[in-house]
Parts: sequence; C-alpha cells; structure tokens
Amino acid sequence: MATIATHPQRPGLARRLLGSPVVDLLLGPHGVDRYLELISPTLTVGDARAEVVAVRRQTPRSVTLTLRPNRAWAGFQAGQYVAVGVEIDGVRRTRTYSPAGSAHGSPTLELTVTEHPDGLVSTHLLRAARTGATVHLATAQGLFTLPEPRPERLVLISGGSGITPVLSMLRTLVDEGHDGEIAFLHFARTSADWLYHAEVQALAQRHAGLRVAYRTTRGEDPRRLDAAGLSELIGDADHATAAVCGPPGLVDAAPEVWAQLGGDPERLLTETFTPPRVLVTGDAATGTLHFLGSGRTAPIGEGTLLEQAEAAGLSPRFGCRMGICHSCTCRKAAGPVRNLRTGAVSDEENEDIQLCISAPAGDVALEL
Amino acid sequence: MTTTPPILTPEQIEALGDELDELRGRTIADLGERDAAYIRNIIKAQRALEITGRGLLFAGFLPPAWIGGTTALALSKILDNMEIGHNVMHGQYDWMKDPALDSKRFEWDTACPGDQWRYSHNYMHHTHTNVLGKDRDIGYGILRMSEDQPWRPRDLGNPVYATLLALLFQWGVAVHDLEIERIEAGEIEWTDKRDILRAVWRKGRRQVLKDYVVFPLLAGPSAPFVLTGNLTANLARNLWSYMIIFCGHFPEGTQEFSEEEVESETRGGWYLRQMLGSANLTGSRVFHILSGNLSHQIEHHLFPDIPAHRYAEIATEVRGICQRYGLPYNTGPLHKQFGSVVKKIVRLALPGRRGGGDAAATPSPAATASPAATASPAATASRAATARPTATAAATTPIAPSPQTPVPA
Repeated sequence: MATIATHPQRPGLARRLLGSPVVDLLLGPHGVDRYLELISPTLTVGDARAEVVAVRRQTPRSVTLTLRPNRAWAGFQAGQYVAVGVEIDGVRRTRTYSPAGSAHGSPTLELTVTEHPDGLVSTHLLRAARTGATVHLATAQGLFTLPEPRPERLVLISGGSGITPVLSMLRTLVDEGHDGEIAFLHFARTSADWLYHAEVQALAQRHAGLRVAYRTTRGEDPRRLDAAGLSELIGDADHATAAVCGPPGLVDAAPEVWAQLGGDPERLLTETFTPPRVLVTGDAATGTLHFLGSGRTAPIGEGTLLEQAEAAGLSPRFGCRMGICHSCTCRKAAGPVRNLRTGAVSDEENEDIQLCISAPAGDVALEL
Repeated sequence: MTTTPPILTPEQIEALGDELDELRGRTIADLGERDAAYIRNIIKAQRALEITGRGLLFAGFLPPAWIGGTTALALSKILDNMEIGHNVMHGQYDWMKDPALDSKRFEWDTACPGDQWRYSHNYMHHTHTNVLGKDRDIGYGILRMSEDQPWRPRDLGNPVYATLLALLFQWGVAVHDLEIERIEAGEIEWTDKRDILRAVWRKGRRQVLKDYVVFPLLAGPSAPFVLTGNLTANLARNLWSYMIIFCGHFPEGTQEFSEEEVESETRGGWYLRQMLGSANLTGSRVFHILSGNLSHQIEHHLFPDIPAHRYAEIATEVRGICQRYGLPYNTGPLHKQFGSVVKKIVRLALPGRRGGGDAAATPSPAATASPAATASPAATASRAATARPTATAAATTPIAPSPQTPVPA
C-alpha cells in the first residue's frame, strides 16, 4: 500500500489526554489548539501545521522549502497535492503544491515553488520565505498517484514546476527498491530553470533502470514533447505507464505522443499545472454559476450572487441584504467575484464571500 | 450643542452615505499585518489572564490569590466576550481567512450560542437598529426603554427587571432569541422555540459544567474558592457588559424610529439612523479595549465589520462629518452615560411622557408607529426632542428618508 503516514506511530499519552473530552470542556469553547499554539505554533494536536526548516534556491525563479509537519499531518501519497496556507500581510493565502519528496520515511515535506509574475504567494515565498515560519497544511488530495502494483515500465514526464509530483514518485520508487525501468523526462525554458537536475542524476546511481533526460524549450535547440524525442529515451511504450505533469501545452500533447508510441491510453496519467488565471475585470460578466451543493447551474444574470442564487431556485441564508450582518457569507470554491461595496475583484479559491454584496465577474462555483 | 440641527435633504443623506462609504473603503483597503497582530495580542492576553486566573484560584484559600485569580478570570471573560468574541463574530477579521477567527464558526466564553447571537445581534439589531418593533435590543423584550413603547402596569417593575437582567446578563443574552414577549402575548408557543432552547441548553450546560463543576472538582479542597471565584468572575463580566451595552443606545439623546420611518431607507439613511441611535463613551485606551471598543458605538454601528481597534482612529473623521451635517455626536464618560440610562429605566417605569420636552413634538406613549409629523412634506416622519441639560449632545434631527430604492446597489 502506497499510503504511508509520515508519523505512523500511535499518539502518546500526553496527546491522547490533550485530545480528551474533559480537556475540551475545560478549554472550551475555544479548544486545546487555541492554547497550545500560544506556546508554539506547531504544537497543535488537531490543526496540521509545519515549520519551515530550510529554504534553498535551486534556480533564479524558484524556491525550495523543507517543512517539518506536526503530528496532526497525515502524510501523502507520491503524486498528490497539498493545500498550503501562508500568511501574507495578515491574510492567510492558500495554494496547492505537490510535495517533491519520497512518501516514505522522511519526516519532512519538500515543496518547490516556481515564480508566477502575478502570483501573490509565489512572489512572496521567493522573496521572503524564511526558516522558522509556520505554514498551514490541509489533507493531501489528488488521484495523480503511483499505480498499485507498481508499474514495471514507468515514464515520468514533467514541465516546469510540474516536476514535483513525478519526482516524488521517482524518489518513492527508489526508496521502495523498485527494480523496473523508469524514464525521467523534464522540460524547462532554459537550463538555468532545470529543477533537481543534480539530484535526479544522482538517483540514477541508486536505481539501475533509471534513464534521465532534461530538455530546454527555448534557446538554440528548443525541444517539445514529441514522439521522436520520447522514443529516443524509451523506445516504444509497450506495457509502459506514463505520468505527465506540467503546463497545459505539455499535458495536451501527451495523449497523441503516447498513442504514436503504441501506449495504452488507460496507462497515461496526467495532471495539469495551471498558472494563475487572468482576472476578468470587465463589467459585463458572462459565464456560468455552479452551485456545488445542489448540483445546479445557471447562466450569469443580473444582480448580486444572492439574488441570482434565489433566481436559480436556491434559498441561501441571508439577513440584512446590504453587507452588514454576514448572514449570507458563503464559501466560494472558485471564480472571480466583485465586491459591490468596494469594487474589488477577488479570484481566490476557497474563500468566504458575502453573497448580498458580491457579483460574478466570470464563471463562479459556490458551495450552495 | 442645543441648536436644532437642520433637516437633511435626501441629497444630503446620500452625500453623507457616500462620505462614510469612502471612509469605510479607505479603512478596509488599509487592513493588514497590524490588525492581525492586534487581535492576536489581545487573544494572547486573554488566554494568559484565563490561565493565570484559574491557576491562582486553585490557591484561593489565600485571600490575595482568590482576589487576583477572580480579577484575572473576570478580565479574561470580559476580553473574550467583548473585544474578541463580539468583534470576531461581526466578521471584523474574516478578511484574515484564519479559521480560528472566522465569524461563522467562532464561539465565545458565555452561555449564548454563537449562531443565535449572529442572528439576533449581527442581523436583527445591526440592521434594524433602534427601530421599535424590530430591534429587540430595545429592552430585550422585558424592559420599557422608550417613551414610544406603550406603558403597561408591569412596567412598574422596570428597575427590578433591569437589575436582574444585569446580574444574569449572559443568560439574558442566551435566551434573547426565545422572544419571551411574543410567547407572553400568545403570538408564538414555547414549542416554536424548541430548537433555540436546545441550543442554549447544549452551550449553557458546558459553560456551567466547566465553571461550577469540573474546575472546582479539580481543585480538590480548594473547590469552594474556585466555585465562588468563577461565580464572581461571571457576575463581574455580566455587570460590565450590561453597563457597556446599555450605554450604546439608551443614554439620553439617542433616538428610536418607527417601522414607517425606515420603510424606504437608503444606505445613507441607514448610516444616519446608526448615528442618531448610538452613543459613545469616553475613557482611556484600556477602558476602550475592555469595552470591546463598544465605547465607540457610533463608529461600530456605522462599520460593524471593521476591526474595532480602528474605531478610535476614525472617530475624529466621523465626528467631523457629524459636525458638518449638523448631527449630534452623543458621547460622555461612563458614569454620566450610564447614569442617564438608569434614570431612563426608572422614569419609564411610570406611565409618564418624555420629560421636560416640547409638548407639540412629544409622541403619545401609545403611538409607537406614528410620532407627530411636523417636518416638510418630503419627510415621511419626523421627531424632535428638546435637549436635556444632562445630555452631552442632544438628538434633535428629523430624518427624511428619501424615496429611492433600497440598497444594495
């Protein structure tokens, strides 16, 4: 089984005591974590958090963080992603990253963040990440994981920061003593942007069946994912499994290339790394409202999100209908919304918004 | 200020609203690290006081430990309820996106369940502020707090009910949503409020178990000292929060409104009503913090979801706006404001009218819905009250709601 918790041991007596109903009553209504965190932010028993223990910069456009999660963190499977909360100017910003390390053994969590020029969190981390800082973790998620049983022939293809989940797969297999064939193909703009180049080369020393190729997509000899290039590395795709992670261009090209080499489409796993979207800031928003709780959808119409949800036949909770009382506050899963009182547009994922003073500025998904 | 403020035209009311919206936008755009650090420091102080208080009470057989422990625990509960709980539940820190400071999920160290508070306070009270028949904070359904509430013989007990409410304030707040006056009037049945009672029981039971059973038992031989210390701390918090809260809308000079008056109110009109219906308290920085900055009730009612420690900073501008529009800015020290509240509670026990006032403008106690209209035809209703010497600022502004469409827009 691939799920191996970072801390598989049973909670100790102290932790069981701290999590007991009596302690919960005595420290109610706030709960034990709201006291423990004042001693040390990562001492929490319920809230998964991690301390940044190392910061290194492999390339000019990236930063690699080593995190030490607390015991509330349940670990991850190679290839999964984790929502990481980082506080910037008093606001907790949450972004998802795929850990790059092995899912086995190591008590640390390694994240490599690549800069997006408009990305608030990535630019902040590149500039200001420091050891000793605390980050918030959510449960690891995602189906882009190593198949069981482990494939005999595996092709790992990545572009840019999409390297992290496939590197996690590689490192996990090496730790497991995998003795099949693994091809590791990575694309980046220039060789200065190659992530983990030396580390992956070094892994070839520990895994006899590992072949590695790093390519550049710009400069004198630009290379893209194509059948010729891939067959140079693996020959054909017979009985092989591929895992591809990167920007949409790379991931979209994968099925055809895979088919050209005779690959089984069932054995092609892909995950797209989407860069931050450009905000729709125009006044006339068109698109679709997705009400996730009820499964309904509606085209964007007139009025506030509260009015539009009601027009779609839903009955969200509301109070003042003028932005005062926060009764209609609702979780927005995704999409740009405009605050009608401030005019500000926000595209954050998983944020709470006041329906009565928000209007859609593009496709919006609400947990209603 | 004893001159009669001018009647605001609909245009002036809208301009007032725009100015306040601008002030709000400017403050919100500036929120950040400083505000996050502020509330976290207050929380740290509260938790430290709580642990110190409970720890000292374990040695409560020593009188200084009992006094120190009780004081620390009372201060902890006051901070928890006022500067932290009340303000966090208003959504003042929702922008931080910290689940521990999320207005929808926050619970406080008092008997009232957060969900009920969010409804009755954030929505009912803050939306319908000082509107008779809609704002149940006017007298909490048991007190007569306005001349416009018809007098009944039971109101003779007004001072007694007020004292009981002060002593048991956390329970009074907890059962606020039962709408006892409607049950009394036969409009609804006890059984209609079963869910409310169940939630109060769930929350209140844990509060009682914690303060009056488990902590005393843990203290072994110190149990009686812990029990009396906790009881005293809860009582002190009750009296303090009662005083602060009653000074928010009931000092002499604050106005009430009828449902008709606010029927077609715009956002500007809503702002105006908040200004006319609220009163501030003056005091030191520590006093403001312990009052949850409800000492800046006017600023709080204008901007209920702006972090409360900002109210002191924007008060100068709000006061300036009041001056320019000729509006009262009702403020004074606690003893003066609370003194006038006590006077009102006692005075309204009797069926009298608005004392010493302009007879022509005094509505009859029975007429809750239509105070004498003396203003321009544009005004759907108006009211006037002569300034009293005790009031720092007399509220004498007739309001003229404009016929425009209601917010939001």
